[in-house]
Parts: sequence; C-alpha cells; structure tokens
Amino acid sequence: MSNPPTELLPTATNRSGARTAVLPQAGGRIGLARILLSRDTVMIYALVVFVIFAALFIPRFASPVSTGFLLLDVIPALLIALPMTLVIITGEIDLSVASIAGLTSALMGVLWSAGLDIGPVLIISLLAGVLAGAFNGLLVAVLGLPSLAVTIGTLALFRGLALVVIGDNAVANFPPELTSFFTSKIGGTGIPTVMIGVAVVAVFFGVLLHFTPFGRGLFALGYSKEAATFVGIKVMRAKFWLYVASGSVSALAGIYWTLRYSSARSDNASGLELTVIAAVLLGGVSIFGGKGSIPGAIAGVLLIGTINFTLRLNRISDVVLIIVTGTLLIASVVAPSIIEGISKWRHTRRHRRQLPQASALGETRATASGVQERK
Amino acid sequence: MTMEFIRPTTTRRTRRLFALAAVAASVALVASGCASGDSAGTGSGGEGDLSITFIPKQLNNPYTDVVLGGGKDGATAAGFTGIEVVGPLEASASSQVSFINAETQAGTSVIVIAANDPDAVGPALEEARAAGAKIVAFDSDTNPKYRDVFISQVVAKDVALIQVKLIAEQIGGSGEIAILSATANATNQNEWIKFIEEELASNPDYADITLVAKVYGDDDDTKSFQEAQGLMQAYPDLKGIISPTTVGIAATARYLSTSNYKGQVALTGLGLPNEMRPFVKDGTVTAFALWDPAQLGYVAAFAGKALADGTITGAEGDKFTAGDLGEREIGADGLVIVGPPTTFTADNIDNYDF
Amino acid sequence: MTLGTPTPEKTAVPNRHASSGLASILRLREVPVTLALILLVTVTYLANPLFLSQQGTKDLLLNATIVIILAVGQAMVIITRNVDLSIGSILGIVAFSTGTLFVAVPGIPIVLVFLAGMALGALLGTINGLLVTVAKVPSLVITLGTLYVYRGLNNAWAGGTQYFAGDRPSSFGALSVDTLAGFPLITLIAIVVVIIVAVFMASTRPGRDLYAIGSDPEAAKLFGIPVTRRVLLAFFSNGILAGLAGVLYASRFNSVGATTGTGLEFDIIAAAVVGGVAIFGGSGTVVGAAIGALLLTTITSALTAVRVDKFWQQAIVGLLILAAIIIDRVARIRTAKKLRLSEARDV
Repeated sequence: MSNPPTELLPTATNRSGARTAVLPQAGGRIGLARILLSRDTVMIYALVVFVIFAALFIPRFASPVSTGFLLLDVIPALLIALPMTLVIITGEIDLSVASIAGLTSALMGVLWSAGLDIGPVLIISLLAGVLAGAFNGLLVAVLGLPSLAVTIGTLALFRGLALVVIGDNAVANFPPELTSFFTSKIGGTGIPTVMIGVAVVAVFFGVLLHFTPFGRGLFALGYSKEAATFVGIKVMRAKFWLYVASGSVSALAGIYWTLRYSSARSDNASGLELTVIAAVLLGGVSIFGGKGSIPGAIAGVLLIGTINFTLRLNRISDVVLIIVTGTLLIASVVAPSIIEGISKWRHTRRHRRQLPQASALGETRATASGVQERK
Repeated sequence: MTMEFIRPTTTRRTRRLFALAAVAASVALVASGCASGDSAGTGSGGEGDLSITFIPKQLNNPYTDVVLGGGKDGATAAGFTGIEVVGPLEASASSQVSFINAETQAGTSVIVIAANDPDAVGPALEEARAAGAKIVAFDSDTNPKYRDVFISQVVAKDVALIQVKLIAEQIGGSGEIAILSATANATNQNEWIKFIEEELASNPDYADITLVAKVYGDDDDTKSFQEAQGLMQAYPDLKGIISPTTVGIAATARYLSTSNYKGQVALTGLGLPNEMRPFVKDGTVTAFALWDPAQLGYVAAFAGKALADGTITGAEGDKFTAGDLGEREIGADGLVIVGPPTTFTADNIDNYDF
Repeated sequence: MTLGTPTPEKTAVPNRHASSGLASILRLREVPVTLALILLVTVTYLANPLFLSQQGTKDLLLNATIVIILAVGQAMVIITRNVDLSIGSILGIVAFSTGTLFVAVPGIPIVLVFLAGMALGALLGTINGLLVTVAKVPSLVITLGTLYVYRGLNNAWAGGTQYFAGDRPSSFGALSVDTLAGFPLITLIAIVVVIIVAVFMASTRPGRDLYAIGSDPEAAKLFGIPVTRRVLLAFFSNGILAGLAGVLYASRFNSVGATTGTGLEFDIIAAAVVGGVAIFGGSGTVVGAAIGALLLTTITSALTAVRVDKFWQQAIVGLLILAAIIIDRVARIRTAKKLRLSEARDV
C-alpha cells in the first residue's frame, strides 16, 4: 500500500506536538491534564468526595470509633493490595494471596497451641509466607508458567495445606496483650496503632514503585517483556522477588487477621483475593500491566472499604454492597473506554470533514486510518 | 498482549502531586476521625427508646428465618422500638465482627447473637458491652464471659438423647452410624455431638451401636450432599446417619431418596417440617426432631428486654416473663431453656407449617 | 511476522510429519488427562471396589455432569483468550429462577423451564460479551464485576427465600435419578453437549475462528475474521450452557437460593486448565476440558472412597492443577521444537 499524503493519516498527527492534546487514545494527554484526570487520581477524588459526603450526611460516621473500626476492617485488603499492584503492573496476577494468609493463620494456631513462644510462632509463620511466595515465583518467573492458572492451583494448594495443618479446629487463646495491642488505637484519634506498620509498608511499596529504577523497570516490564529484557531489566529476578513480596505481605495480613480476631482458623481470609483485585483494578491499575499507582490502589481499597462500612453502619444489606462493588468496577473500566471511543469517533469525523480528498475517497481512507488507530 | 509504545516516565513534579493527593485523602479520613461532630454513640438515645438487633449465624437460612420471625414478634410484644436484623451472607467466624461493631456505634441496647465461633466474636462483644449494650446469645453460644444470658432451644442433652433414641429405633439397636454436622466449630452442634458420644458410650442399650465418622457439611446444601455421598462410599456398612442441622438432614435426605440407599439407611436429626415433608412421605425418613424455632427468638427478645430494664442480670436464679410463653428461670452459667423437643413423623408432620 | 499464521507455540495441531498415526494420537494434549483419570479410577477401585459399584458410578457421573457442562462453556471462552468469572453467579440466578418458575406457574412443562433457564443464561452471558467486545475491556475485569452484580441481583431477588426439592415436580427431580442404559439422563445430556460443541469447534468456520482469535487477535482481525461477532458467540454459548447447568442443578440438589453457585468459577477454570485448555487461549479442546472436569470431580470422590483424610483433598487438587499446567507447558515446548525442526528440515 503506497504511502498516502501525510495530512491524511490521522496517526501522523500523533507524533507532532500540536495535535496530541486532542488525541483520544489512552495516555494521550500531556501535562497537568494527564495527572489530574488519570484513572488513579479520579479514584482519589472519588474517595475524598465520598468520605466528606459520609462525614456530613451519615450519622455516626465522623467519629474516632468509626475510623477505628473502618481501618481495622480494611487493613488486610490494604496490605495485600500493595504488592498486588506491583504484580499486576508487571502483567501477572496472584490469586493465592488469601490462601497464604489462611495458611499463615493455621500455622500460627497450631504452633501456638503446641506450646511455642509467640516470637518463634510469628517468625515461622512469616517464613511460611515467604516460602509460599517463593514457590509461586519459581513457577511463574523461573519456569514461565501462566500466572493466572498457576495461582489458581496454589490457591487450592495453600488453602488445602491450611486445612491439613489445623484441620477443623480453631485456636483462640492468643496472649491478650498482643491481641489487645492489635485492636488498640493511637490516643484519641481512633486510628489503630497497627496503622503505623501498615503505613510503613505502604510507603515502602510506594517508594519502590514510583521513585526507584526498579519500579520504573516494572512498568516497562508490563508494557513489553521483550523490550524490558533488551533494556537490561532482569525480568525473571524482578518477578520472582515480587511474588516473594506478595507471599510475605500476605503472611503479614494473615498474622494481623489471627491476632485481631484472636482466632486461628483454616478458613480465615477466605475470598479476600477477589476483593483485593477488584479494589486494585478500581484504583486504576490496568489488568494488562504497565499502568497503575500505589496511591490509586490505596484509594480503591479505601473507597470500597468505606462504602462497605457506611452500608453496614446503616444496616443496609450486604446485597447492596455487592452490586455496588460490581457496578463500580464495570463502570470504572467501561466509562474510559466509551469516552475514548466517542472522542475517537469525533476525531475521525473531524478529520474526514477537514480533508477535501477524504470526501471523494470516503470510506477507504477512514477504514485504513481506523485499522491503524486501533493497532 | 497488545504492543503499546512506551510512555515517558512521570516527572518529579507529577509524582509530588500524586503524593499530595494521597496525603489529602488520608487527611480527610483522619479528619473525619478527629471530628467532634456526631458522638461515638455510647448508650441508647432517649428515655424508653430501646433497640434490639439480631445477628444470626448467617442470613438466607430457612431455620434462622423462622427463629428471626419469632424474635421480631417477641421484640414488638416486649416493647422494643427499634428492631433490626443484620448478618453475614456466609457463616464464617470473623464475618460477624463488623456487624457487632456497627451496633456498638449505633448504641443498640440489646444485641442478640448466634455465634459462628465462640471466641472470634469476643473482643467485639466486649466493646459493645463497654458501650452499654446487653448481650444475649441464642441458638449457638459464645464463650460465657462475653454474654449475659444464653437462650438454648432445649436442654442440650435432651437434643442428643432424642436423636440417639430415634436412630437406635430405626436401625434396630445395632450397627454403624455416622454424624453429618454443620460447621466444625459450631458451638451448638458440637455440644450435642459430645452428648451423643457420651450417651453411646455409657448407655448399655446402645452398646452395639458404633459411631464411625463425623463429617461437616458447613450448612451448605451442595457440600452436605457430597459429604453424604462420601459417607456411603467410605462406610458401606453404614446403617444410620444423624444430622443435627436442618440443612444437613435435608441434603442427606435428598441424596438418599435419589439413590439405592433409600430405605436401607436410616436418617434422623433436626429438620424443618416443611423441608422434610416430601422425604417423610416417600419413606426416606421415618422420624426426626426439632422444636418450634420461633419460640427461641421470642424468648430471646424478652430476655433482652428484661436485661435492658434491669429486671435480671443474668445471674443464676433470676426470673423473667417471656410474654405469652410464661416465666423462665436462668440456670447455671446464664442458661435459659425454651422448651422440650418435638418429634415429627408421618402422622403429625402435616400439622406444622414451618 | 507473517500475517494469518499463528506462531508455532500456540497451535494444538499435532506434527503432521509424525512417523505413525499412533504417535500423533499419543501426542494429543488430552492424553495425559485421560491417562490420569484411568489411573485414578483403577487405583481407587482396587482399594475400594464399592467405588465403581452401580450407585458409585452413577454418583460419579452425576457429580461430573454439571461441572462438565460448565467447563465446556468456559473452554470456549478461554480459547478466545478471555475468561468468564461470573458463571457461578449465572448458575445461581438460573437455578433460583427455575425454583421460582415451578412455584409460580404450577404445571409448567419441564421443557419450557429448560428453555427459560437457558435463555436467561444466554442473556447474562451476552451482556458479558457485549461489555467485553463493545467497550473493549479485558474480560477478567468485566466478569469479575458481573460476578458481583449478578450475585447481588440473585441475593436481592431471593432474599431469604429458598426453594426445596419438594417445591418442584418429582418428574423434574427424577431427571437426575433416571438412567438410560446405565447412564444417568442428565449425563447423557452433558455428553451430547460435549459432542455438539466439539464438532462445532473442530469442523465449522466459526469454531476454528475462535482458535485463531485466541492465538493472535490482531492477526485474526487483519485476516478478516469478525472478531467481535465470534467473541460474542463464545460468551453467548457460555451463558446458554451455564443456564443449562443451572436448571440441572435445581433438578439434582435440594435447595436453591441466594447463595447457590458461589465459588464455582475457580473450580471450572481449573477443570479446563487441567484438561489442556491453555489459559492464554488458542489451544485445547472442549473434550479435554470435559475430561478435566471429570477428573477433578472424581478425585474428591476417590479420596473419600479410600478414606484419605478429607483435609488433604483440597491440597491434592491444587497439586493436580499445578501438575497439569507443567505437563501442558512441557508438551507445548516439545511440540514447538518438533515443528521448528521439521520446518527447518523441509527448507
């Protein structure tokens, strides 16, 4: 196909600076518009708006007690969302996180009732999470197996091991000093003391992703594994350590869960993985990889958690929450797509109108440009 | 995966804006926490305004629905102005905690709870008590230190005894039996199972009956169905199954009635007449037991009112009036009994509608 | 990269230069799964002959039926490089609607109930498909969202109501009990479904297009395949099959209510993966998915029959899934190498 005159190719206008601002493709905005209107920041606005709305209009929401309960409920999802963001940005996924948390909880129960000191119990349980993550990493990063299928397998495997370890029993007699520490709050603010630890983990992952070369490499990895390898990013090692991180943080979540409820059971944290993924996707992380941010993911988790909390506060059935979560998720990914589609349609129409030859050549040009734009 | 051209990395300025936005969100959250606006809701609001909330093991359970129906009737009769029912959609241990927390915040006067796990709900209940709520446990007890009274449908031992008696009659006094229970940690089922085992061991009439297995259907229809299948495969000489849970007995009855084992293997336990009617009519089940679940809720509501009024404190010997059902006395460890169990057979099953 | 020719790694075509037909049959990806199934059944039977008694076999087949139908539908979707996480919720809604229909319209012909259930399933599946194709959004995200939305709708509709076996005519319930030549009726329905879909996927233009779309969507589009229509077809079919499974569920089990079908999605995807359907799309067959479903349901029964501590069952299933993935990858690498070598030899 011979090269048509450059003015006819809408894609050619991509590369010149002037037209970029109206380009309908994702990521085509520049400057302030790009930051302030990107998916993650929109989520942060949504969260802030909702919190303010709730504080003003929902009775009993604006109080330290509320903050305390809300944050205590949200912490496991918040913790797991952090490494999950990084994993999804590299184009992979980890569905076994809740099972690792459950396995950790089961281990804690068994070791504690066997008489070990709480210190070794915590360390061994954390180690189990690290090993589980390494197992995932081995299969996905080193052997190159598809992560969706592998982590469905390890989801069953680790939950099954939790059952093997603790069976049908529940252990509830953890040291009261420890369990009350986990539900204690800082002064009169209502913020749980453990939030300090959670904040540390969040800052760690945030800095790792957004401010280090390793983090930038993860974005590159998500766009294109081959290109990333050529640029010098150690793909295998990066993914492996990400899965180890995911396993370790899941273990932390499992430890938190056990000590907060003072209950070690094999079915703890069951089903948490879908909640975390839904929240992270809501927060602007793209399932294809290469796009996302920690603040966005945190906003997604907090948004779902806050909505959940306010519904419970008003004794509205969980049914509503389920529908709201699903609709939010669908709307949050469909809306940008539709907006993009509309502006692309307007863009093509505008070009067709502006170009005199186009009316004669009509559909063919439009189709050709359409195909090229769709890539 | 589609090949997208690599976008330029974010600049320092954009990252700072991100951080700022995140901080703004957290500040908003903290600010709401420090806001001295609405109170944290300690105690009930207004004189004579008593509120009661029921938290069953899970919603969408037919047995629970009957109990809650009676509970709501009792609460209205007892004079509560605010009556609510909340609960998780799945019977898991920690799922009830956030509902208890919401009640603590709302300043509910009485919380009536059937615990999925006796200890996991403890800390949350203690916070509720600190906020002034009275705790009534019903159906499935919590650890006694977390609640004021426990309303039990029947004397736990009687439940066990009647089920053992029924199965012994139906298998002819000897043979292998198994138990298909609900969740592994359910306080009520575990107590009954304990008494069943004791009775089998101690009573000479049951010397030839062996309990070979205990399986758990988690009060899930499909799972109970599959556990029943598994039992028949693993223990081909099984002569009887006791299922002390309405979901379990119904699922087992369905399996047995559609299989070769119908009529060969006896089935008894605790079931709802409406659910079990077709199985009694087609001969899969000869007799099973239960009580009137609505009475359980009814008595619980009145017990809650008596606690909130201060008429009783939950100590042994306290008495209160449970509306139309008459007086009830609190036994050891804060235990209240509703009444004796009823046996359902083909003769009387049509008289009941629950 | 030439357009229109999928890269060697992604095809399931056995090596045409094989020395013998037997060798090429053995190289089929369904073979490891079938062998595992035969091995499992044999070993269990030797340990506990009751496993294959008349009742035992009937139970095995009945248990597998619903999972087989769901796995076949899911396989179609996975082959196009998509996934449908909402099938559990679709099954739940259809099962509850079946219960409601029987109670609301006494004497309704059973065939009508089947059609209604399948139509509802088709509708829900098509909504998934439309969101994926028209909005061009990844199916994992969409179907995760519809998983929640459909489940929420089921809860809202059903509330605490549950319908039991007694609310449905005994002839409907008997469908799950009656046998024809030793095979339970509904299992025969499942087998017919597998055959129809397998023939469709292997021999018709739209069926083969699904493989092409899964192997390389861009190439398929440039080749002229109507991608949108085909993907919609896959989701539509998946929906119909989920609807069928929902109606059969209501026939076999006792209660249908708000929580019916929760948590099925991962089991079905696992069944498809174990049966050789590659998660990246483009390869695998529905027959393989059906065998994978049969294997997974048989394993739990087998472990119970030999009285393996039930706590080990889930862990063993997990190991099985991982083993299947590894075997699949090894097989694919070897096929790719052979194709590369054979093409080099031909040059």
